[in-house]
Amino acid sequence: MSTLHIVNKSPFGHGSLLSCINHCKSGDAVLLIEDGVYGALSGSVVEHAVTTCAPSVSIYVLEGDAQARGLAPEKLIGTVKPVGYDGFVDLVAESDRTQSWL
Amino acid sequence: MKFGVVVSEGPYTHQAADTAYHFVKAALDKGHEVPRVFFYHDGVNVSTRLSVPPQDERHIQKNWTELAKKKGLDLVVCIAAAQRRGLLDANEAQRQGKDADNIAEGFRISGLGQLIEMGIQTDRMVMFGD
Amino acid sequence: MSETKKFLYVNRKAPYGTIYALESLEVVLIGAAFDQDVTLAFLDDGVFQLTKGQDTGGIGVKNFSPTFRALGDYEVTKLYVEQESLEERGLAAEDLQAVTYEDEDDDWAEKPSIHIVSRAEMADIMADQDVVLSF
Repeated sequence: MSTLHIVNKSPFGHGSLLSCINHCKSGDAVLLIEDGVYGALSGSVVEHAVTTCAPSVSIYVLEGDAQARGLAPEKLIGTVKPVGYDGFVDLVAESDRTQSWL
Repeated sequence: MKFGVVVSEGPYTHQAADTAYHFVKAALDKGHEVPRVFFYHDGVNVSTRLSVPPQDERHIQKNWTELAKKKGLDLVVCIAAAQRRGLLDANEAQRQGKDADNIAEGFRISGLGQLIEMGIQTDRMVMFGD
Repeated sequence: MSETKKFLYVNRKAPYGTIYALESLEVVLIGAAFDQDVTLAFLDDGVFQLTKGQDTGGIGVKNFSPTFRALGDYEVTKLYVEQESLEERGLAAEDLQAVTYEDEDDDWAEKPSIHIVSRAEMADIMADQDVVLSF
């Protein structure tokens, strides 16, 4: 039983990403979309929280949103996996539920 | 698989209606069903047929209307949220004694029960908002 | 209705500054008619929705905090509030209004609807749902 968490806010102005990470269970996935993609930046103050999220939590970033904001792949945390909208759809289908951290 | 989708922020101010649109298109392209999209909070503003964005910009309402026509989507606008924000269909306008209505083709106004029903009848719900 | 699903309403926003808390409550009230297994979660700024002593007289907006006390009549009796979220905001259980319901399986005894849970327990509650609605 796993959850796809969706975070759409920058972690630098909102607590959503950290709150989400604090409620993740092993085997969950987190998808960063819209302004949430800034949470995937390497070298930021939230990088540690993102990379040490509960065991076996996979972090994804919606490619189109990252590209739109000029976040080149080499600027992103290495363990974050880019996905397109089709990958987004697959993540929803593969999880048992989604939770949007609005 | 059946996906229910909620849009709860207004167009142009927030990306939610765009993200939801791309998500729904991708889901349909992959062979999933999207029986209903529910517009709530400021998301109801997507349904106004009076929106006139500059020509070089996407037309969010038209995109949804066309997708609904092509794929048979049920675009439901929450009546309570819509009335607060001045969105009325012809029936409602008449009932409320207003001189105009503004709901675009492809959208229909209905109650919040449609949101719960969507949660019951679909396999997954995805919410887009702020 | 052939199927009962577990619905969780996640409340993470404070009341009045934005409409989300009020329109979330409207969904809960309508949803109660569908006989689903309903739970409300209050965390982050959502815990402010349940504080005592709200008085909206000065801002000309409807005070909807008493509506929470009516939820028991709609058989919505599970309101989980996150302990850590309260503590981070300098709040404790006594700062919240009392919300109770009458338990028909226990001679209509009055019981509290609000339960304070840890962050880990909240994560377990979230992971146990079929449909999660966030407002």
